[in-house]
Amino acid sequence: MRKLLLYLIIVTTGVVFIARLFYLQIYNTSFASLSEDNAIKVIYDYPQRGAIYDRNGRLLVTNQPSYDVMVIPRELKPFDTLEFCSILNISKDKLIKSLKKARVYSPRVPSIIVPQLTKDEYAYLQEKMRKFEGFYIQKRSLRDYQTEDAANVLGYIGEVNEALIQKNPYYLSGDLIGIDGVEKQYENYLRGVKGVKRIQKDRFNRDMGAYKEGKFDTLPVNGKDLTVTLDTKLQAYGRLLMKNKRGGIVALEPSTGEILALVTAPSYKPELLVGRKRSPNFTKLVYDTIAIPLFDRGLKAEYPPGSPFKTINALIGLQEDVIDTRESVSCRMGYYYGKRGQKLGCHSHRSPLSMIPGISNSCNAYFATVYRRIIEKYDTPQEGIDNWKKHVQSFGLGNYLGNDLPAGRPGKVPSSEYYNKIYQYPTYKWYASATLSNAIGQGEVLATPIQLANMTAAIANRGYYFTPHIIKAIDGKPIENENYTVPKITTIDKEHFEPVIEGMYQVYTQGTASSLQVEGIEICGKTGTAENFTKIDGKKTQLTDHSVFIAFAPKNNPKIAIAVFVENGYWGARYAGKIASLMIEQHINGSITRTDLEKWLLTHSLEEEYAKPYSGEPFKINQ
Amino acid sequence: MAKSSVAAIDWITVLLFLLLVGFGWGNIYSASYENEAFSFTDFSEVYVKQGYWILLSIVLIVITQAVEVKFYERFAGLIYVISLLSLLGLFVLGKNINGATSWYAFGPVGLQPSEFAKSCTALALAKYLSDMQTNINLLGHQVRAFLIIAIPAVIIIPQPDPGSALIYAAFFFPLYREGLAAIYLIVGASAAALFILTLLFNPIWVVLAIATVMLLILIKNRKQKPKYSRYLLTIIVVTGFCFSVNYIFNNVFEQRHRDRFNIVLGKEVDTKGIGYNTNQSEIAIGSGGWVGKGWKEGTQTKGGFVPEQHTDYIFSTVGEEWGFLGATLVIILFISLLIRLIHLAERQKTQFSRVYGYSVIGILFIHFAINVGMVTGLMPTIGIPLPFFSYGGSGLWGFTILLFIFIKLDSNRVNEW
Repeated sequence: MRKLLLYLIIVTTGVVFIARLFYLQIYNTSFASLSEDNAIKVIYDYPQRGAIYDRNGRLLVTNQPSYDVMVIPRELKPFDTLEFCSILNISKDKLIKSLKKARVYSPRVPSIIVPQLTKDEYAYLQEKMRKFEGFYIQKRSLRDYQTEDAANVLGYIGEVNEALIQKNPYYLSGDLIGIDGVEKQYENYLRGVKGVKRIQKDRFNRDMGAYKEGKFDTLPVNGKDLTVTLDTKLQAYGRLLMKNKRGGIVALEPSTGEILALVTAPSYKPELLVGRKRSPNFTKLVYDTIAIPLFDRGLKAEYPPGSPFKTINALIGLQEDVIDTRESVSCRMGYYYGKRGQKLGCHSHRSPLSMIPGISNSCNAYFATVYRRIIEKYDTPQEGIDNWKKHVQSFGLGNYLGNDLPAGRPGKVPSSEYYNKIYQYPTYKWYASATLSNAIGQGEVLATPIQLANMTAAIANRGYYFTPHIIKAIDGKPIENENYTVPKITTIDKEHFEPVIEGMYQVYTQGTASSLQVEGIEICGKTGTAENFTKIDGKKTQLTDHSVFIAFAPKNNPKIAIAVFVENGYWGARYAGKIASLMIEQHINGSITRTDLEKWLLTHSLEEEYAKPYSGEPFKINQ
Repeated sequence: MAKSSVAAIDWITVLLFLLLVGFGWGNIYSASYENEAFSFTDFSEVYVKQGYWILLSIVLIVITQAVEVKFYERFAGLIYVISLLSLLGLFVLGKNINGATSWYAFGPVGLQPSEFAKSCTALALAKYLSDMQTNINLLGHQVRAFLIIAIPAVIIIPQPDPGSALIYAAFFFPLYREGLAAIYLIVGASAAALFILTLLFNPIWVVLAIATVMLLILIKNRKQKPKYSRYLLTIIVVTGFCFSVNYIFNNVFEQRHRDRFNIVLGKEVDTKGIGYNTNQSEIAIGSGGWVGKGWKEGTQTKGGFVPEQHTDYIFSTVGEEWGFLGATLVIILFISLLIRLIHLAERQKTQFSRVYGYSVIGILFIHFAINVGMVTGLMPTIGIPLPFFSYGGSGLWGFTILLFIFIKLDSNRVNEW
């Protein structure tokens, strides 16, 4: 039975081999992916990124060709390095270093030597290219910003970061992606879809032609063109008026919630963040921690809203039925309250005042009274505050607006919980008077300019607003997103708006902004002068007040609602009111008649004011 | 009256042969073709050359069948001597290809005498063992049989072609079948096992482990008056073997040999240098999945990632393009052929034919086992071809002659009484 052993050896060998094959081919799947990795090269065909137009069809962003100088180290022949370097304006050391790096990366696979040439550099180099064997020029596409005035809105694109590559498999290292503004928010529409080509490679990583005759290849899908709601002319004008000032302007169309202008000052030129110069420029912008040009004040700066907030308290007072339009409140240069005779000061005006003149004269005592009644209507101040907060929030304050720009802040509307915490309730009790500065938009209340503009739009609409948005149409089709097309209703009944709007109208006709009327346009507005503080060497220091203004026009069937903040601009009509007034005139009439007002704004700078806290010397405010 | 031996040819074996050669050629085509257009005359294409080698092998088959059976037996000694001379002649006239002086060059055609020497040695061994005077259980005769096998191997080693020399271990098959004591098998297998264990673990532990096992056996058998000296001798031999293996491996072997073993034993991971072949071969096979990527569709094969893919690594093409099913089929074909050959060998009426038959089985088996073992990463890299499959004229002819002499011998069994 000796042959049995031989049989056994042979059959066992066969079984072992089949088991091994099963392990390699079926059980262990890692080999298949390894094979993908080394035998098939995937090449992506990048689509054209979509263009961006403004509401009037003006082209804002498009693409421009850019050229990279590539090298295949193996194919290099000796060349005139001096000439090469002088054409491309690089140093010889840098060239040698880049070539070395390319060779280390791969002698056979192309590497970038000089990225993103300009058209001129390209034209010149192309003539000479035949002299430099082993180099070639590869075309790529860069963003071309045709307006300087909307960097904060449009955003910019840049190389995708590692964290996102991990999260989203669509992106590969080196891909470009929208990083801010519309470019980021609507990335998925703008970018299109990459085409894929699979190339069969040999063991030297050289191309051997399409894998399976291109059966799995796909064509790129071009990005979609966007139309944004901006009115570039208005935007540019806003930027001009904000020269040498800091702050933000937000203009909305109340009937749609479309953002007509979103100005932040100071800003930057968008082309600074394109191409070869991007990296150093970006660093410069980031490290400007005093002016913070990358900080969109229109969307992100949380200021105390000041007096414009009184309109909301008036509306709540009417809704809660704690005051009517006839009752007058007397004011003796302020509102006195509490056991120790605290005072909320006011300026000089005739007294007593009812609601409409109360608004137009911005009487602090009037609104302190109304606010206190709103809170004290309920058994506990906690209930009173939370009820008040519910009304305030229905105007889009105190929370993220949900607009379609990738930046924003919630602002702040304090709740009972908040006051319980700071006053250590229930160990200590607190009353409406402790929160009294909410009556005049100071203290704990904070709002961003876009929130204030939206609040103004809600008043202009007599009780509802559309969430502000920047997108108007995608690929020519108007948006259908219900977040932007369905109105949000406030908690205030429609009939309560008329007296408040009348008060705002009288701000122009006889109140705090009477010098800023525009002939032929019925403007409703409200000035604001917001106290603000900073820390200098760890000490709380008061700075010159912020100049705040909200307005909408015309009174009936409003076309524009606007909020303007000018940091440290002092009283409301001084800067913000003037700017708002000119913006409204520009938008409704399409031209400016009050050139003296315009000239005043262009020639007045607040830079000196801004330098004060950094001077290291004592300074005076509100001069 | 002599029956026609053609009618008695074992067509099952012939069919298996044709399937292997045909499938092999298809895979060589896929692994090596340069131009899309099929050519009959472009001799720069490997598949064209192999095609002609295959066609010409038909002539060899006819010749092997035409020759009288008696011729093989009678001239076995002479043939053997001639083959030894052809091997020796390489040292004078040989052509160096890929670092080995294993070829005679006839213009563009190279012949590798070591591929033919296997058949010649098989004939010589068959002749010697079938001699009436030979008794395989006598030590002197064992030594002579061993010399017949060892001489060609010793000549081949310094060419250098240690892989081809290793094939001569195949003659263990006929020797064992003809009654070589089983102790040789046990010793051989134990030595191999110890060899691997020593490489994997510290020899001290191996020796201690074996000593423990033997002690347990001793305790169990103590009532049957065990021969203590045998136990002692065994442990001394084992100790000596383990430590000398350790010494030889670390001090006599060259680094490349050590690497080959270490990679298979999993002691080293290397996918770029010496381990590149095995790794790429495993990737190619592994990427085949159940049914493979299809003929001429293997990305690893097309990209040329597996070195020597149309020769020694041809089986990786099968694995990639035909998948688990195709590769398993090839293994089943080989196993079937070997089992069929055992069946044929067993029905031989002369010892000469039987010994020769088992030699054929041994040679084919060793090639198959080492080659597929290497390509699938189970064995160290030893460069020997897969019979009937790998590209190479001498190899194909050598195997064809080897097999068809046996088919001739078998077909003649009807006349042997």
